[in-house]
Amino acid sequence: MSKSRRPLLGHLAILAIGIAAPLVFPAWQSQMAELWLFIVFALTWDLVGGQMGYNSFGNVVFLGVGMYACVVTQVGLFYQVSAYNDARGGGATIFTFDPRQYFEGLAIGLPVGAVLAALTAAFLGSLVLGMRGHYFAICTLGLGVAAGELANGWEWIGAGSGMVPPNPPGAIGDLSRFYYYLAFALAIVTFLGLRWLYTTRFRFAINAIRDNEDKAEAMGLRTTQIKTTAWVIAAFFLGIAGGILGNLKRFIDPIDTAFAGATFGVWMVLMAVLGGKGTLWGPVIGAILFQVFKEASWTYLLGWQRVALGLLIVLIVVFFPQGIMGFLRERFPAWFGHRVEGVKDMDAVEETKAR
Amino acid sequence: MLDNIEILVQAPVITLDLVLNGLLLGAIFALAAYGMALVWGVMNIINIAQGEFVILGGYVAVVMAAYGIHPLIAVPVAALLLYAIGWALYRTVIFRIVDRDLFTSILATFGISIVLQQLMNTIFGGNVRIADAGLGTVFLMNGMVSLAQVKLLAFALAAVLGSTLVVFLKRSRLGQAIRATAQHPRAARVLGIDTDRVYAATYGLNAAICGACGALVAMAYTVHPYIGLPYTIRSFMIVVVAGLGNLAGVIAAGLGLGAAENVAGFVFGTQYQLAFVFLLLVVVLVWRNRRLARKRGYLK
Amino acid sequence: MNAMLEVERVSKSYGGVRANRSISLSVEEGRIVGLIGPNGSGKTTLFSSIVGTHPIDEGVIRFEGREISHLRAADVARLGLIRTFQQTRIYGRMTCVENMLISSSQRGSSLFDLFRARNPLREKRAEELLEFVGLHPKRHLQAGSLSFGQQKLLEFAMALMNEPKMLMLDEPTAGINPTLINGVIDRLKRANEEFGITLFVIEHNMRVIMNLAEYIYCLAHGELLAQGRPDEVRNDQRVVDAYLGSH
Repeated sequence: MSKSRRPLLGHLAILAIGIAAPLVFPAWQSQMAELWLFIVFALTWDLVGGQMGYNSFGNVVFLGVGMYACVVTQVGLFYQVSAYNDARGGGATIFTFDPRQYFEGLAIGLPVGAVLAALTAAFLGSLVLGMRGHYFAICTLGLGVAAGELANGWEWIGAGSGMVPPNPPGAIGDLSRFYYYLAFALAIVTFLGLRWLYTTRFRFAINAIRDNEDKAEAMGLRTTQIKTTAWVIAAFFLGIAGGILGNLKRFIDPIDTAFAGATFGVWMVLMAVLGGKGTLWGPVIGAILFQVFKEASWTYLLGWQRVALGLLIVLIVVFFPQGIMGFLRERFPAWFGHRVEGVKDMDAVEETKAR
Repeated sequence: MLDNIEILVQAPVITLDLVLNGLLLGAIFALAAYGMALVWGVMNIINIAQGEFVILGGYVAVVMAAYGIHPLIAVPVAALLLYAIGWALYRTVIFRIVDRDLFTSILATFGISIVLQQLMNTIFGGNVRIADAGLGTVFLMNGMVSLAQVKLLAFALAAVLGSTLVVFLKRSRLGQAIRATAQHPRAARVLGIDTDRVYAATYGLNAAICGACGALVAMAYTVHPYIGLPYTIRSFMIVVVAGLGNLAGVIAAGLGLGAAENVAGFVFGTQYQLAFVFLLLVVVLVWRNRRLARKRGYLK
Repeated sequence: MNAMLEVERVSKSYGGVRANRSISLSVEEGRIVGLIGPNGSGKTTLFSSIVGTHPIDEGVIRFEGREISHLRAADVARLGLIRTFQQTRIYGRMTCVENMLISSSQRGSSLFDLFRARNPLREKRAEELLEFVGLHPKRHLQAGSLSFGQQKLLEFAMALMNEPKMLMLDEPTAGINPTLINGVIDRLKRANEEFGITLFVIEHNMRVIMNLAEYIYCLAHGELLAQGRPDEVRNDQRVVDAYLGSH
């Protein structure tokens, strides 16, 4: 087997596993669908937090905006959103959607969610990406909670009682497998999109901002523009993930599903850190391990699972901050292309400089 | 919303009532913020678990009240207990992150806050609790302005605690060691100060301050496992507005925040009161950053 | 000869300390000009003022006849005026080659250009310049793992990669092994002659600056003390006093 074809085969294997998994393990389908979305969470968080060094605790804003925008579009194309939400749980029986309406709503809703999330990122980015360090982290934390509280009070989208996405018409039956594949496809597209992005100089630009933003500016990079662009890209994918997640969960609570800073918001950071910040595969690996841990703790540590998750955060951050990929890079720098070429003896390098 | 503003304009006495009650609450915010500034200034750690320490202190008072002990006694007890918890947390976790980058300290204390939150939820349940102090209400202006005596008491106690703390930091050996470490840890070490012990004491002291705050909160207001984060955010906001090491600023910002929150809760409706707090944080930070940007600086 | 950089009566204070007081100087195109002065005389502040790191209080700065007093750092850099830092600034977790590739000139480029496919010419140029400063064998190492002196050379190469019209160097030989200093001087001169880059250099090492510069300005206590050819400045009694005496 030639060396260049090995990664291709690996990718095909992942594709095959992703397609076959819900058929082989139907009982785990919803957890696996969630996992694909978690991979999107971790990848997009890492674009800004890992590659660019802007540790955001507020990316849930884009998730929530995407979720509400998608579902509101799905409803709003055919009914009055306020009337639909006023009907609460009963709404789903009064307001029915035929298959064409249902898929049309979804097909328009998902992109609307993505675009609105991206616009939100462009607006918020211009406000808060000028701050650095502690201030950016806590400001985004504030943004996430504020968005949740606002949604919690906004009657039009159901306020604190939440919002129920349209019920799939009875004719097409259970759509959970459909949403599984949608989540899977989004994870693949996000991964490939970011993989391409990281081959361009845009990646060097955001890495430069992470390593020394003042220097990047002194070298002529328009850092504010670049930072906002990175956030917009992350928000775009998160917006789609939000739309899928809302329909997958079949119920949107403003604080526990949409703007869920205490769960998804922290988890996306944790997954990226666990796998290794600033790498392409790190967030993917981190998301898989995290989802396994989370499901296991839900099963075996009932009642204490959230405590266990908190402890996990502390343990990882304190004892394993470099993550799996970071650990590998420290141990095996050559795997990551960090090597000296053409010179056997280090001192010889000093000599060449002395001339 | 506009109607509510009209009410405030036409009946200034209602505004007075809101502002006075807000000021009473603001004293507690200022005290917790002072603790946060202490840890931030001395250890360069922003303690996201600040609010959970407050709530934990509140539960101490709630539990004691349930056993018929007056919540006033709970104030020192909560402070002592929280000092022990803070000290233990320093010895197990915090000492490992003192010299690390800020992201590590934020995320680690965030993790601690989640653990504490969930533990409280598991142990005390998810209901809103209070520690009844059994005091009445003071009426002013023909009953138009009502101030619960317990809030007045909490305000007075917060003031007493705050001044005790200031004197302690100025006069005592430990206080001087803390201030020396804050200014220059390496120089302090060279001069024979055990900075590790100073850090442990500082973190414990902050937890104790929060504990006392929490007991006051439980007495005069309410506690709930998940309302810690707003206290953290309030403390952070107050310190950002006042600046590190600016005591008068912390008091002013704390009282101002309390009043602003109360008025905003009336104007926008109480369901938006928390949204107001968090949005205010964003506004304050953006505003500060804009001002710095004029000098081509930034919040860092 | 026309002046490429003109500084006119520029003042800058920091919270009561007047770091620069009404400084006027000019740097002509194609020259190597030195800026000397005792510690704390305001040299680095002046550099930062010129490239727009902080706003100036008074005065005018012109680059190629265009006023740049109010431009921000990134926009000044895009005009072709690049500075290096006394405490070297490189991108520590990127490899040397990556450091070079992101340092290429941003003049006239837009955000969109960052998404373009890789440019072989740029990659070749990066390798050449790394060769020029003697870092070619280490080009795939993380820049942060280099020694201080090597980082300094990398920063110099990054500045060259930017194809500046004028390069402002803040103590290019500080912290470099004395045996390597001649190599640095040689490269600076070659950058000036071969690449046609105007150099404006802050330097503490008198031997270096006397060797390198064609014209020298001397600052003391935030004011311009003396100027002239190297031998004139070296023999100026005020300069000697400033260095030996009252600070």
